[in-house]
Parts: sequence; structure tokens; C-alpha cells
Amino acid sequence: MSDSPSTTKLPAQSPPVDPAETEAAGHRAAPAPAGRLSWWHGDGGEGARRNLALIGVLLILFVIGAATRSDLYSNPDWVWANMLSILKLASVVGVVTVGMTFVIIGGGIDLSVGAIVALAGVWCTTVATQSFGAAGMIFTAIVVGVAVGLVNGTLIAYGRLVPFIATLAMLVAARGLAAEISQKQTQISQNNTINGIASNDLFGIPLLVYILAAVVLAGWVLLNRTTFGRRTVAVGGNPEAARLAGINVKRHTLMLYALSGLCCGIAAIMLTAQATSAQAAMANLYELDAIAAVIIGGTLLSGGRGTIIGSLLGVIIFATITNLFAINGLSTEAQNMVKGGIIVAAVLIQQVQFGSLSQFFRRNRLTTS
Amino acid sequence: MTQHSRRRLLFGGAAIGTGVLLAACTSNEQQTPTEAQTKAADGGGNAEPGKQVTVGFSAPAADHGWIAAITNNARAQAAAYSDVEFKTVEAGADAAAQRAALSTLISQKPDVIVLLPHDGKELNSFGLEAMQAGIPVVNLDRAFPDAKAYRLQIKGDNYGMGVSAATFIVEQLKAKGVSNPVIAEIAGMDELELTQERTKGFNDTLAQHGFRVANRRAARFTVDSGQQETSQLLQALPKIDAIWNHDDDQGIGVLAAISQANRNEFFMVGGAGSKKAMEDIQADNTVLKATVTYSPSMASSAISLARLIGQGRGMSDLVELQVPKEIILASETITKENASDYLKLGF
Repeated sequence: MSDSPSTTKLPAQSPPVDPAETEAAGHRAAPAPAGRLSWWHGDGGEGARRNLALIGVLLILFVIGAATRSDLYSNPDWVWANMLSILKLASVVGVVTVGMTFVIIGGGIDLSVGAIVALAGVWCTTVATQSFGAAGMIFTAIVVGVAVGLVNGTLIAYGRLVPFIATLAMLVAARGLAAEISQKQTQISQNNTINGIASNDLFGIPLLVYILAAVVLAGWVLLNRTTFGRRTVAVGGNPEAARLAGINVKRHTLMLYALSGLCCGIAAIMLTAQATSAQAAMANLYELDAIAAVIIGGTLLSGGRGTIIGSLLGVIIFATITNLFAINGLSTEAQNMVKGGIIVAAVLIQQVQFGSLSQFFRRNRLTTS
Repeated sequence: MTQHSRRRLLFGGAAIGTGVLLAACTSNEQQTPTEAQTKAADGGGNAEPGKQVTVGFSAPAADHGWIAAITNNARAQAAAYSDVEFKTVEAGADAAAQRAALSTLISQKPDVIVLLPHDGKELNSFGLEAMQAGIPVVNLDRAFPDAKAYRLQIKGDNYGMGVSAATFIVEQLKAKGVSNPVIAEIAGMDELELTQERTKGFNDTLAQHGFRVANRRAARFTVDSGQQETSQLLQALPKIDAIWNHDDDQGIGVLAAISQANRNEFFMVGGAGSKKAMEDIQADNTVLKATVTYSPSMASSAISLARLIGQGRGMSDLVELQVPKEIILASETITKENASDYLKLGF
């Protein structure tokens, strides 16, 4: 019954009001024929070129690091270990960011990811859960993550709450529940299999990096090579057009938030393994880290366009900056200011890069007049 | 249709079953303060029951082991006295919320208020207001700038923590004969005054011996931030002689990062004195060799003193007829040798 498209009611997201914008969004939202998926030309190409720019930023950061700490960078073993350390630092937020990318491409936002990570982490490290062993802990974290995501999705898709408000409420509620379960204590993970996820390597590469790679790969395939991914782009680009094209927009929105919750569940296990413990205050402000990485990666905050690889590069850039400031012994305050500057710079550069300068100024004149 | 509904039934049943299972998984052993963190009313002197006293209590609901221990200790100590009625109000998320909660507390007319403010400066005016209304205020740990705003101030010694940690590190390094040591520091939340005081005490004491901190990262008192900042600190310093970590709660993450990086060429000093840290020091199987105290047992003492203030009595071992105005706890150094004595004060 819920499967039959409603013909009388508008979907949860109201369509864009500006006619020009509607037209543009409609173009993006049109179901993509196979030829447009080429990675360099067409739709995908824009993202690929953008990602090359981000790799350029990473190279610049590497050069800055090498120039400021040439004593450390002269040792190849140290450089390799440092790169792995950056990837490990990026791994947890990276997994969260994959889910966030889907939600944002689908036209929503999930502010509750940090709170879900904390809740899933706390829930999977209670004394009762730990008695079920590693499998029980992983199962619990993932089910808690998906369940909270489903609540978010239901509120947004069927309860017609604005995503910002629904997930903001969940942010507060999930942290509250986490504090209630943990009694505000730090819960130590006694499980060596779980803790080993963060300390063990396979062929010289940490397990955390494999998990990140697997999630990113799965996310990339899901977004670019499946109907689900194409529908996500359509729903985010223009929900009304997507609905008229026969997509069940509400159910799709529900699934996007569940996917984000799933990623949070996986991230919770990784973070618990890293810290060998969990507490209600952990994963603080991960939602902002993830959203910033998604934006740097070139995903439109209004939905309808974005890449997984771009988001991953955004997370790695942030981790590299943290690393750069740490090895130079600079303060966290300065580091945060630089990160803020990079977010603004990334968005400004993207505006200039993909239209000519004259187009950039013409558009600005249009909006101001 | 039957196919459809059977699938729904199975799916729904599985979902409910999982929900029940997970709900059962929220159980934790209830962590109540140990006997020793309260002072039993075992006869004689101050312990003798006096006039009935109502003590109002407010502390932030922060998700941190230390604050949780403060509230638990206060409640347990109040319960140990037959003549104390304990009224607690949640302090909410910030100074404004705590002020609102406290005004409802005043209307209940307690005899004494024990208060751990979100911020001593911001709640200074509340202290003045309560004192003028004739309700003595006991300030716990976060000082009011105005001396008229409190009857008693009991707090830990943040500067002293830094001094104790640096003193231990200097002693150890001198004993080993290290001439130019690499010393690292993992601080807590940098925007807090207490973090700055701890760092100042640490730096001042090191400087007296010609040592300095090679690299310092500020974590956020949480296990995951401790792990992340430490992993980067270890990258920055390929060889370290000593680390001071400000907080044992985030220290769980700090130790995790150290073992994940397979580093053990240095020794570490903790801060605050959690039970886990003391057990690690006693077991002597990690780099953690000492911790400097900042004990939440001060909440128990604050309740005892609030009771005496409410009854108009002094401390029976002192000559004065009233409780002193200011008490600053010493920051003690816990090592393998004395860890067993302090274990009962761990939180």
C-alpha cells in the first residue's frame, strides 16, 4: 500500500522555487544513460577533474611537511609510517563520511552521525554485550547504527520533519541515551579481537585502512554502478521529478539515513578498537568533520551531485593538516583556523574552476542585482 | 498477499527479537563509590549527630568519569549521615542552565548549597545572591573570583599537578642520567583555565632544571581524542624520554595509541588518579609509571564540611570554632610503591 505512489501529496522536500534552478536541477536529475557515466567526459568527468585538484592539494601539503621537517622526511621508513598514520587517523571519519555523502547527495543532511557513533560504541561495550564476544559487539554496533538511522529516516521521510531538525534532535537524544547506558563512565573494551582491529596489520598495512578502503569501494560501486545510486542522485537533484519518474522517494530517503547509520555502526567499532574503550562523549563533532569533508570533496550541499572519492580526499586532507601541525609542534587553535580557511577556499576555488571567471562574476552580478 | 504478509511477519518478528536482545545488552554493573571514598560516621568529634541540615547540590552533567565520581561521592557521603538531607538539581548543559536550576534550589530553602559550577566566573553572581539570602555556599573546585560569593572553597591544585608531574619526571631522568631529554605533553581541553594552570606548573618546574617540553598536543578529555592526539604526537617525536598526560580518563586512549604504535622507550605520568591508572601502575606492565592526583573525593569532603557549616560547628581536630574558608588539596604522586594505599580513592 505504501508502495503505490501518492498522487495528491507533495513529497517531503519542496521543489526549488527559482525556475532557472529547477531547470538545472531537472537536467541533473534526469535518469542518466550509460554513456554519461564515463569517468572523464560527461557527468563523472567533472568530479574526476575536481578530485585531481584535491590530490594536488595533498601533494602541496606533503611538500610543506617535507620542507618544514626535512629531518623526519629524509627517512623513507618514517614517511611510510607517517602516511599510514594519516590514513588511520582518517579511517573512522572516512567511513562516516561515505554515509554522509549519500545523505547529502540525496538532498538531506545527517547531524547525528557523531552521536550515533558514540551510542553504538557505548552500546557494544556494555558488560552484557561484551559477554557475547567480538561477533556480538560488532552485531550490536551495526544494528544500533542502522536502527537509529531508520528512526531518522522515518521521521524525515514519513514524519515530514526537516532533516536538519530531525537529526539535530537525534544528536541530542542519542548522546543522552549513550550517557544513560554508560552511566557517564568510560567503558573499557576487554575484547582482544576488537582491540586488535586497531593494532594489527596485514601485509604491513593496518586493518583500519583495509576497512576504510572496503567501505569506500562499496560506496563508490553503490553510487555509480547501481540503480540505488542513480536514484539517490535523482532524488537529491529534484525530488518531484524523481517521484514523477516512478521512484519511491520516501522509501529511498529512509534507506539513505539507514545507510548513514550503518556507516556509523562500522565507524563505532573502529573507534572503540582505536581507543580500546567507549564513552558517551566520544566522536565529538564528527558530523562537522564529515560535512566539511563532503563539501571539500565537491558534493553539492543542496543535493543531486557528488563523489565518494572527493569526500575521501576531503577527509585525508583534514587528517594530513592535523598531522602537519602535530609534527611541527603547532597549536590546535592555529590548526582549526587553517581548516576553516581551507573549507572556504575549496568552495571558492570550485566556483571559479568549473566556469570561466567571467561566468563566475556574471552569476554573482545576477544574484546581487 | 500471503507471501507478502508472511515476509512482513518474519521481518517484524526478527526486528522485535533483535530489539529485545539489544535492550538486554544495555546492562552494566552499577558503579557505586567504594566504602573508602566516603568517610564513615564512626563516632566521636564531628561525626556525632547534630541539628538536621538540608544540603543542596549541583554539578554539571558532563559525560566524564571524574564529574560522575563527584556526584556519586557527594550522594554517598550525604547518605552516610543521619542528620543530612540531600537535595540535588541537574546543572544542565551550560552556566545559564545551571543558574536556572539553582534558582529553583534556593526557593527550596536549603541550609547550605554545595556547588560545582560550570564556570566559576559566570556563576559568581549566583554565589553572592545566595550568600546575601543567608545560605552559605560551598564552592567545589571551580573558584569564584569574589571572596564574598562563598563560605568555603574546596578545590584541587592544578598548578600543583603540573609541579608534581614535572618533579617526578625530573627525578627519574636525573637518576637515569639523561642529559637532554625529549619530554612530551598531552593536555586536556586547552580552552579551560585548569589546563593552562597544569601546563604552567609543568613548564615552570621543568624550566628550573633546564628542561623543556619538546611537543604538546591538547586532547578533549575523551578516550578517542586522547588516542588521536597521541598517535600524531608519537609521529612527531621518533624518540621520547617522558610523557605527561593530564587526565587518566583520556589516558586509556593515550595508552592505546602507544601500544598500537609499539612504542615503549619512554615512561609516562598520568593525571587525576583513576582506578584503572592505579591498577596499571601497580601491575607495572605499561609505560604508565606514575600519576598525580586530583581526587574527586573532594566532593565527599565538601558534603562533610557543608554539614558542619550548617550545624555551626568547626572541625573537631582544629582549634577554630568554625570551618576554614579555603581548602586546597595537595596533588600527590602515586607510584608502584604507594599505589595500594591510594587504590581506594581511585574513581
